[in-house]
Amino acid sequence: MIALLMRDLRLSLRAGGGFGLGLAFFLIVTVMVPFSVGPQSSLLAEIAPGVLWLGALLACLLSLDRLLALDWEDGSLDLLATAPLPLESTVTIKALAHWITTGLPLVLAAPVLGVLLNLPTPGYTWVVVSLLLGTPALSVIGTFGAALTVGLKRGGLLLSLLVMPLYVPTLIFGAEVARRGAIGMDTHTPMLMLAGITAASIALLPFASAAVLRVNLR
Amino acid sequence: MSFWEYANPKKFLTTTERMMPFLWLTSGTLVAVGLIWGFFFTPDDYRQGSTVKIIFLHVPAAMTAINCWVMMLVTSLVWIVRRHHVSALAARAAAPIGAVMTVIALITGAIWGQPMWGTWWEWDPRLTSFLILFLFYLGYMALWEAIDNPDTAADLTSVLCLVGSVFALLSRYAVNFWNQGLHQGASLSLDKKENVADAFSNPLYVCLAGFVLLFIALVFYRTGTEIRARRIKALLARERIGA
Repeated sequence: MIALLMRDLRLSLRAGGGFGLGLAFFLIVTVMVPFSVGPQSSLLAEIAPGVLWLGALLACLLSLDRLLALDWEDGSLDLLATAPLPLESTVTIKALAHWITTGLPLVLAAPVLGVLLNLPTPGYTWVVVSLLLGTPALSVIGTFGAALTVGLKRGGLLLSLLVMPLYVPTLIFGAEVARRGAIGMDTHTPMLMLAGITAASIALLPFASAAVLRVNLR
Repeated sequence: MSFWEYANPKKFLTTTERMMPFLWLTSGTLVAVGLIWGFFFTPDDYRQGSTVKIIFLHVPAAMTAINCWVMMLVTSLVWIVRRHHVSALAARAAAPIGAVMTVIALITGAIWGQPMWGTWWEWDPRLTSFLILFLFYLGYMALWEAIDNPDTAADLTSVLCLVGSVFALLSRYAVNFWNQGLHQGASLSLDKKENVADAFSNPLYVCLAGFVLLFIALVFYRTGTEIRARRIKALLARERIGA
């Protein structure tokens, strides 16, 4: 399992630009927001937590396409499926690798981009905490979407259409934690819900992803 | 006679074809009677005036839209567990009906909401979750269209339907939480059930029954079409091989 994780990490680091692409996209989305809503700093401060969450979500979505497609094309996915490791674990490891290469950098970059959006001071901690709790769910749900569309020629657009509605609960609670934290409200309830969604997704969705992948590999 | 016999498409077709005229006739009559009764023979509401009458289209459409997803969930489960082919095709046939019903509910809701709440759209929990339901229908249909092999498509969409149901339910409550206490005006749709007087409820029941039957008729009809489309495909394939 460790070997598989290291392999996926190394592949995404070395395969041209895949690693930094999500981060660059996150930066671009954040920079575009003031251009589209205007430079009033009070307005930006108000919407900053939501914008950071939306940017992180879109950046995550962008990289899902490559998650399984490359392994599918060169046939290594067939080998992984016939390996002694259960497919459920393989899928979980792949989601973990995706999170380490996409989710974690986004979490680390969020405070820096918060400065650009004039994020209120108490908001920094909460944006990081909410993203740290929520992005694993985004990766796991995204892996399910990638597994659904892996056999398709142009699955990218369809992938977004399928995954977006599934992201709704995570986005609601994640952005709510960040928003409430930024204005100094109690974040207890949405944070528990967010953690619950993440835990349940990690526990259950790999089974669905593996089932779907088996159908696609048949 | 058992439910599993209808996995045979021929048996399904002959049985539903015998039922179709009856289904079309009763559902058509019920919807027509319910709507005409509702629109022209009920008094105006003391608070909402004549706009309340859109309820006769809005509520049945919304109910059908939700129950359609439930029906797709059940038929998907049946397909996964027992490989009941007609069941998978029925789920596929139902999706566009559900999507259209969702759109009808959203549009009539907007038409109703404009004079009542003074706005076409409000980010109210109920409205928002319906919009999300519509997105789920779109994704489901798109996945069916994208895959060539019908068995693979049935498998994948079934799993999507299962996972999607959980997340749809989750969104329903997440959305409730998200906008709680911001739009009290929305509770209008909540006390509707309690507020409806007898004069309104009777035609509403007729409409609901009509929509349920209409939904069944449409699903049977479209499933039949799906079966025939598959047969044509099989015949064409056989012709190509020259057998």
